Amino acid sequence: MSPTPSIMSQPSATGRFGEFGGRFVPETLVPACQELEAAFTEAWADPLFRGELDAILKEYAGRPSILTECHQLGARLGIRLILKREDLNHTGSHKINNVLGQTLLAKRMGKKRIVAETGAGQHGVASATAAALMGLECKVYMGAVDVERQALNVFRMKLLGAEVEAVHSGSRTLKDAVNEAMRDWVASVESTHYCLGSVMGPHPYPWMVREFHRVIGDEAFAQCQDRIGDVPDVVVACVGGGSNAIGIFSGFVDTRARLVGVEPAGGAAVGRGQPGVVHGMRSYLMQDEYGQVLEAHSVSAGLDYPGVGPEHSYLASIGRAEYPTVTDAEVIEAFQLMARTEGIIPALECAHAVAWITREAPKMQGQTILMNLSGRGDKDVGQMMEILG
Amino acid sequence: MSGFDRLETRLRASRDAGRKLLVPYLTGGLPGWTDGVRAAAANGADVIEIGLPFSDPVMDGPVIQEASQRALDAGATPMTILEEARALDVDVPLVVMCYYNTIHHPGHQRFASMLESAGVWGAIVPDLPLEEAGPWCAEADAHGLSTIMLAAPTAPDARLPLICARARGFVYSVGLLGVTGERTTLASTATELARRLKAVTDVPVIVGVGVSNAEQAVEACHVADGVVQGASVVRRFLANGADGVGDYVAEVRDALDRGI
Repeated sequence: MSPTPSIMSQPSATGRFGEFGGRFVPETLVPACQELEAAFTEAWADPLFRGELDAILKEYAGRPSILTECHQLGARLGIRLILKREDLNHTGSHKINNVLGQTLLAKRMGKKRIVAETGAGQHGVASATAAALMGLECKVYMGAVDVERQALNVFRMKLLGAEVEAVHSGSRTLKDAVNEAMRDWVASVESTHYCLGSVMGPHPYPWMVREFHRVIGDEAFAQCQDRIGDVPDVVVACVGGGSNAIGIFSGFVDTRARLVGVEPAGGAAVGRGQPGVVHGMRSYLMQDEYGQVLEAHSVSAGLDYPGVGPEHSYLASIGRAEYPTVTDAEVIEAFQLMARTEGIIPALECAHAVAWITREAPKMQGQTILMNLSGRGDKDVGQMMEILG
Repeated sequence: MSGFDRLETRLRASRDAGRKLLVPYLTGGLPGWTDGVRAAAANGADVIEIGLPFSDPVMDGPVIQEASQRALDAGATPMTILEEARALDVDVPLVVMCYYNTIHHPGHQRFASMLESAGVWGAIVPDLPLEEAGPWCAEADAHGLSTIMLAAPTAPDARLPLICARARGFVYSVGLLGVTGERTTLASTATELARRLKAVTDVPVIVGVGVSNAEQAVEACHVADGVVQGASVVRRFLANGADGVGDYVAEVRDALDRGI
């Protein structure tokens, strides 16, 4: 144990990380958020709950996820590149860590139904999977644009017994799916748990979802000690809402490692945004001069989000983590590069991290880079086929 | 506070004279919206709620979502709407309904000044619950603006007096679990929550969300001091313009006055 509190400790009583976070929700949802906060606080301190979740993570999700060193790509870039293989989890991404935690908690709270939003479909598939496992009803809201570009994941969710509703309002992507899931929750709050898919939303979600993903960073820290006898020089992850990045950062935030969250150029909440309030939280947000939320544009549906989790805003504001951007063109290159050099097809989201590493490698010669490969790219193959013609 | 807040003072006087309060809502910035406000004022509104359209209206159902989008597409901004509101020559108090980012973005002080100089009396902020409302409410109080707090059916008993203590003008009693929009019947929660509120406060209690026609308005007012008419007004405005609003407000006014 470190003698000083971690930079990523509990948020304040009002759910603040520094000046970010909070609970900006309709009055109808306040009691539900309070109830969830109390239930999570109690469950997270209960060894029985922790033991049950650990067992499911091990026997169902396949944890711990391994580290893979990218010898070819590393040699080519002049760095040592190590991947944390969250893509090898059941359902193909890190999202399963959070949904298994939330659904187990929802059951403990006596809820019969979950609702979820999804962008790329990874969180939707994970939610549908966990709901099937736990015997909960599940409805997933997905922007109509994403329903089109992620048709396979839509079918997957339906196979798993979930109902999928295409959202036609606003930009018809992730942010509008969140709006619609919140509207559902406002109407169904007594029977339903909102299984939010990232470290965003009203308190306690950013904190709770971080804790459910902390396993990524805890494992990676121990694995790095074994593998390299040290912490990596740089820890890199892609950032939409920011859950996979928070997960891996949590293991290294109190070390000397440089933390890098890579945002898409068309959805750079930290890079181009200003503090704003939407979806229950105060955080960096892409908005116009009147506070209207702007539409994000990214080749990857999972990062098509104009906001970012409040703890990332905090880490950026204190200078502990940096949030550079990469372009769609760089991402498409990186996607292919990793496939060809390592035999690993990354999710388009993770290809953002690969793209940043590739671009910045000349400035990091000889350094050890740990990248969270948070999802596999099978879901993106159809889209890439179209892009590459 | 009682006797201090000019909106509350005015609404109390009407209520105590036996009048049921009628609060039509219209999305600002729709083409011709000021005529809709005039029609509502001329036909028996006690307060008029002007919606400032927001890109992500999580408390609103399809009708008000569509109206917000249309207003935004027409180029409406809080500035343009408040400028038009300032020029309105109606003798009915105007309040705005806006999501918190519309206030947060310019800042509390600047937004309060904008409302004050537009002649607006207060604000309803559906995503700013009690725990987050303090700084805005203080600024609004300092500008003589009423922050109308919402109470929802999910609130435990202990929460209601806290909300009422912070409420200025009136308490907005959310009629059902759900977002704005018309329903075929009035939810039982509408009168249940109004009754719970009336038991703990003397501030006027006005039911909104899911009060969909004259009949339901009368039913809600068996307990409550008044009703908000949102989606039902907006839908008529989108279909029939200001005349649709005037006719409908007159119909609800008449039903409330007759109590049937």
